[in-house]
Amino acid sequence: MRMSDKVQISIARELYEKAKRFVEEQGGFSSVEELVEFLLREVLSEEESSYTMSKEDEEKVKERLRALGYI
Amino acid sequence: MVSRPHGGRLVDRVARGSSRQRLIEEATEMPKIEISESLAADVANIAHGVYSPLEGFMLREDYECVLEFMRLSNDVPWTIPITLDVEPDEVRDVVPGDEVVLIYRKVPIAVMRVEEIYPWDRKEYAMKVFKTVDPSHPGVARTMKRKSMLVGGQVLLINDPPEPFERYRLWPKETRVLFEARGWRTIAAFQTRNVPHLGHEYVQKAALTFTDGLFINPLVGWKKPGDYRDEVIVEAYRALIEHYYPAESVVFSVLRMEMRYAGPREAVHHAIVRKNFGATHFIVGRDHAGVGRFYGPYEAWEIFKEFPDLGITPLFVREAFYCRKCGGMVNEKICPHGNEHRVRISGTKLREMIKRSEKPPEYMMRPEVAEVILRHPNPFVE
Repeated sequence: MRMSDKVQISIARELYEKAKRFVEEQGGFSSVEELVEFLLREVLSEEESSYTMSKEDEEKVKERLRALGYI
Repeated sequence: MVSRPHGGRLVDRVARGSSRQRLIEEATEMPKIEISESLAADVANIAHGVYSPLEGFMLREDYECVLEFMRLSNDVPWTIPITLDVEPDEVRDVVPGDEVVLIYRKVPIAVMRVEEIYPWDRKEYAMKVFKTVDPSHPGVARTMKRKSMLVGGQVLLINDPPEPFERYRLWPKETRVLFEARGWRTIAAFQTRNVPHLGHEYVQKAALTFTDGLFINPLVGWKKPGDYRDEVIVEAYRALIEHYYPAESVVFSVLRMEMRYAGPREAVHHAIVRKNFGATHFIVGRDHAGVGRFYGPYEAWEIFKEFPDLGITPLFVREAFYCRKCGGMVNEKICPHGNEHRVRISGTKLREMIKRSEKPPEYMMRPEVAEVILRHPNPFVE
């Protein structure tokens, strides 16, 4: 990702310090920025998860699964 | 609960009803690009959501981000570029914004809106994806034969490519409904390009002990000479499941996708794909997707540390072997005995036995599985 695609945001220092400690102690993230991006993406992707199948489509899928012996 | 699709949304790029009919008619006037079996499989995989969140072949920005950072340009993990290669002649009259029709075996299978045509460096690709440019690596050899330009853009499927194993082919929207219908909340997926031996069975059953269901999903499609033929893999697994697995705990279906032999990068790719099928866990084997001595035996485990945001849990199950003293299949973590008691199940040794039409011993392979394989006059890809 290019730097120009990034924006700055402000969060409470106390929260930042807590996040910094979390990153240092838990591992898995290289910076607070990476942690924040991960958490935001998790929350937002749940919102964006728009795939829902209509009842009719679901029934069609189930019919095929039954015909093939899966259910 | 089944996994959320990778990137948050299960892609559906399949044209249906009147819009499909209209596209089929319009396609007769569009420039044509002939594609290979592997590319046709990629088109279908994109359209049916196997490669979610991809909606088409990669544009340059995604391609470069994947090569360099193993992530799409929006930072979603992705390790293997999904690209359509062409010779400049094939797209001589095509400009970004045009629609082209992708043809496989004389049948139009998809319409693609071309967004970008760009050159690529095959050596750089090989070095990044395979970590080598050694032409004896089957993935490198195949890459070096690919065409010189890449075309990026969304696809819309108008005809599914033919599938000889249609009876055993399920798409993500189908496995998701199936897993829900069975009430599975945790699903361990197993990727394979081999016939099953007792080591595989041990690993799968170890995973199934701690999950609700097992999803066995072998790859069919291009493989290197010496690998097992697709029909042999399918029949061998059918025999194993019929005789040794509880039917209500296993789903078996095939996935048409080229083996790339890209080791660690491909292990992550395999996990992402199974996440889209709804799996919550993915079994990562020893030397997963490796070939020869190009990757360390547990390199494919290490790479997962770089993806805390993958959204599917890797299960690192150690290689199983038979221990005469334990009297069963074990692994080095749970067996205290020395090498003199251990019998390793070597795929190469099994292949040699099968080539000589010898039935492998029962501590290596189930007799029903061996019979199915030995029934084939030539079970190997030539």
